[in-house]
Amino acid sequence: MSKGVLALAEQVDGQFRKITYEAISQGRRIADDLGCGLSVAVLGSDIKKAAESLGSYGADSILVADAPELEEYMTDTYTHTIAGIVNDKNFSVIILGASSRGKDLAARLSARLNAPLAMDCVAVRLDQGKLVATRPMYGGKILSEIIFEKEPRIVAIRPNSVDIAESPRAGTVEDIPVVKGNGELVFVEKKLDTGKLELTEADVVVSGGRGMGGPDFSVIEELADLLDGAVGASRSAVDDGWRPFSDQVGQTGKVVSPNLYIACGISGAIQHVSGITSSKVIVAVNKDPEAPIFAKADYGIVGDVFEVIPLVTEEIKKIKGA
Amino acid sequence: MDIVVLLKQVPSTESLVEISEDGTSVKTDDVKWVINPYDEFAVEEALRVKAAHNGSGSITILSVGREKAVEAIRAALAMGADRGILINDPEATHCDGLGFARILAAAIKSMPFDLIIAGQRAVDGDNFLVGSAVAEFLDIPAVNMVIKEEVADGKIKCHRTVEGGIVVIEASLPALITTQRGLNEPRYASLPGIMKAKKKPLEIKTLKDIGLDASAVGTPMTKIISLKYPPERKRAEIIEGETAADKAKALVKILHETARVV
Repeated sequence: MSKGVLALAEQVDGQFRKITYEAISQGRRIADDLGCGLSVAVLGSDIKKAAESLGSYGADSILVADAPELEEYMTDTYTHTIAGIVNDKNFSVIILGASSRGKDLAARLSARLNAPLAMDCVAVRLDQGKLVATRPMYGGKILSEIIFEKEPRIVAIRPNSVDIAESPRAGTVEDIPVVKGNGELVFVEKKLDTGKLELTEADVVVSGGRGMGGPDFSVIEELADLLDGAVGASRSAVDDGWRPFSDQVGQTGKVVSPNLYIACGISGAIQHVSGITSSKVIVAVNKDPEAPIFAKADYGIVGDVFEVIPLVTEEIKKIKGA
Repeated sequence: MDIVVLLKQVPSTESLVEISEDGTSVKTDDVKWVINPYDEFAVEEALRVKAAHNGSGSITILSVGREKAVEAIRAALAMGADRGILINDPEATHCDGLGFARILAAAIKSMPFDLIIAGQRAVDGDNFLVGSAVAEFLDIPAVNMVIKEEVADGKIKCHRTVEGGIVVIEASLPALITTQRGLNEPRYASLPGIMKAKKKPLEIKTLKDIGLDASAVGTPMTKIISLKYPPERKRAEIIEGETAADKAKALVKILHETARVV
């Protein structure tokens, strides 16, 4: 049997993030294509019980490092521990989510293991025995296809890019040793707004731009809430202090891939548009019929955001109520 | 505080990026080149950290690139950094992220440093790799995507952005941090700053100068086999209607029945 695939789970406070299931599901597909097994590494504190459930997403074996010092993601302890597993078990592919923590881990692991890394991939496939990763560059203006010249190949997948599929396997649990850091990094605290949906993971994103005319985004927030979506903003809306930096969508902000992206009062500057092109459906609402955003959207309404969006919200409420 | 800022010159985010005839690289002839926006935050933060430490120590701008990258380094010197080093070597043009990181780490090894500040990513390759890899090769801690920091008692306390909020992490110096938008508002270079920058030391070095053999940079382990443009959208179907309410109703009908996204 050839060397296996290793998927890395990501948990916060003992809960697996959605990207965990995406990474495992994609790992399963790669393992099937390569004709090898899939292991999933789970690091955390008091995490063993939750880890056992991952067999249903295709894990042949589940490697669990369970220790109090793994409660919070810390670059050093996580990198040491995972590098230990990889050196011990000799995987051919390592797949993880390109979340904030995942990017940090993927980069450090790549340097530690001297292993090629494809960061923030939107697709992965096997072509004549070679693993090919598709990843955006230049903030999404270009898509590149990348092959790897060495193993293990590290693939970090962008949230919301691949399908989650249940595929029950044995999910045999195995304990793995924790390799601690040397104390150079210390966790102090975390401040998480757990109720807030992350832009990069949301199925619906409603964004506002300069056309909002000020910090009142309530019509957008209401529509986003109704659709269980997240609120985004253009660079100018952020520069003007109407929205926090963490809401910015575009080449110098977040790149999003929702099913539905609604651009409200956004003109459509190239640096913004490049961050939304992988959305399934883009809707633009803008007063200016000449706004460039209409050339990059699927559907458009020429009109005032403050008039149109509440009406859209009402219409959706009718459907939802039905 | 001796601070090293890692800087890359990249096409401006307003630039259209065109794929070359070879299909695996981009055209760079007509591109407007700027300091990578995340590196601009790094330069600004270095200036603030230095100022907070009574202006002691120096800020070195370190870059790997071709001759034209001198402009980007000069721009950072005009903002107030003290000196620049450009590694310009034909052998350094076709390496991957880890190769760049090895070059940068080798250059840093020969200078005193307490803190390295880099952009979280360069907005061309979007690899999010070089900062962490430099830290790994120097065997120092790294904290990525920092939106606020505070240096005290040989440590740097960082607010790092993660999905849904921030995590506060303390790293012992020397350390490397990478920037997140919101960390600061980079200053514009003043005219006197620009004049002064012309006289500031800017060394151009080869790999040999920093004691690195070309073979030690390593051959690229990832290879681009094709570049393409993302699927183009046709111009939006404009939803018509007598009133805004009609338009809203028609749009929602399409989103619900045709696109099936609500």
